[in-house]
Amino acid sequence: MSNLKTLFPSGGEPVDEFQTDFELRSLDTMCVNESHLQHPWWYNLKYAAVGLIFGITFVKAEIVSWFRIQEMFRLQSFHMYGVIGMGVVLGALSVWLIKKFKIKTIHGEAIWFHPKKFNKGQIFGGTLFGLGWALTGACPGPLFAQIGSGAFVIIVTLLSAIGGTWMYGYTRDRLPH
Amino acid sequence: MEVLSQPWPWWAAGTIIGLIVPALLVLGNKHFGLSANLRHACAACFPANLQFFKYDWKKEVWNFFFVGGIIAGAIIASTLLANPEPVKVAPALATELQGYGITDYSSMVPTQLVSWESLFTLRGFIMLVLGGFLVGFGSRYAGGCTSGHAIMGLSNLQVPSLIATIFFMVGGFIMANLILPHIMAL
Repeated sequence: MSNLKTLFPSGGEPVDEFQTDFELRSLDTMCVNESHLQHPWWYNLKYAAVGLIFGITFVKAEIVSWFRIQEMFRLQSFHMYGVIGMGVVLGALSVWLIKKFKIKTIHGEAIWFHPKKFNKGQIFGGTLFGLGWALTGACPGPLFAQIGSGAFVIIVTLLSAIGGTWMYGYTRDRLPH
Repeated sequence: MEVLSQPWPWWAAGTIIGLIVPALLVLGNKHFGLSANLRHACAACFPANLQFFKYDWKKEVWNFFFVGGIIAGAIIASTLLANPEPVKVAPALATELQGYGITDYSSMVPTQLVSWESLFTLRGFIMLVLGGFLVGFGSRYAGGCTSGHAIMGLSNLQVPSLIATIFFMVGGFIMANLILPHIMAL
């Protein structure tokens, strides 16, 4: 974790990241790993390469198709269950292997995992998310892929999703967790 | 090319998605999760002094690159690797959708329901704007979406992720079977 105090674009006070950053992020985001390594920006292109393969798969396997999502929620097709099920099985096997053999990153860092804590958000938020998933036929990743596949009107949906995320941040303290 | 242009089977897609989990971990200790991007976008563009958006989003910039790759991949898949055939839809669904005048399967989205023109109708507004809002609000409230909970969380055998995934499905089943028919009838 960086020792640097960071100024935020909002003009708020600098926040000591040791105090708040990890705590906030461990609760709410998937990316809680903190690396001491500093890389030039173009190192991030490796993630773009993984995303490229993912994006092709999204469209070619019709995972981002509104119709496939409707079939899933109506139990009319095995397709999406197969995709997610296969993904979880291979993902779990990979995580198990990484833990068992203490596999490191290509930069030699240990790979960390963070347990998630239960809170009621997984129930309330999960249900709200499911309602939106069936309505739009897309979760956050597929929104980007739908736009890339030429459905440009989904830009509106994406902006609305960012608005929804913002509204969660705004109302967070008043919501049951 | 012929094989790649056909719709890919579930096992091919499942294999690739499953391998994205270790790929991101080994490439740089990154945990698969896409809804976090929506939060980083808030933190970067309009944090509004909210504690929830006060963090160094620049550390998460990898995820924007990841999403950029997804968009580029989607463009490639729908141009160079395009399947000229419309999406094949289960007969039961096709029959149901026909009742609402939805017969065009040429796009990833039902263009007769969602388009720039439909945006200003009640039905289109609900599907595009309310739908997006629920996706963004719900995923953050749940602490993750399909990738973060259903794939990454379950891969790491996390019970909270299982709970979240179950309620994703609950919400989806309710919407698709009980609410969406009324919206499509608007």
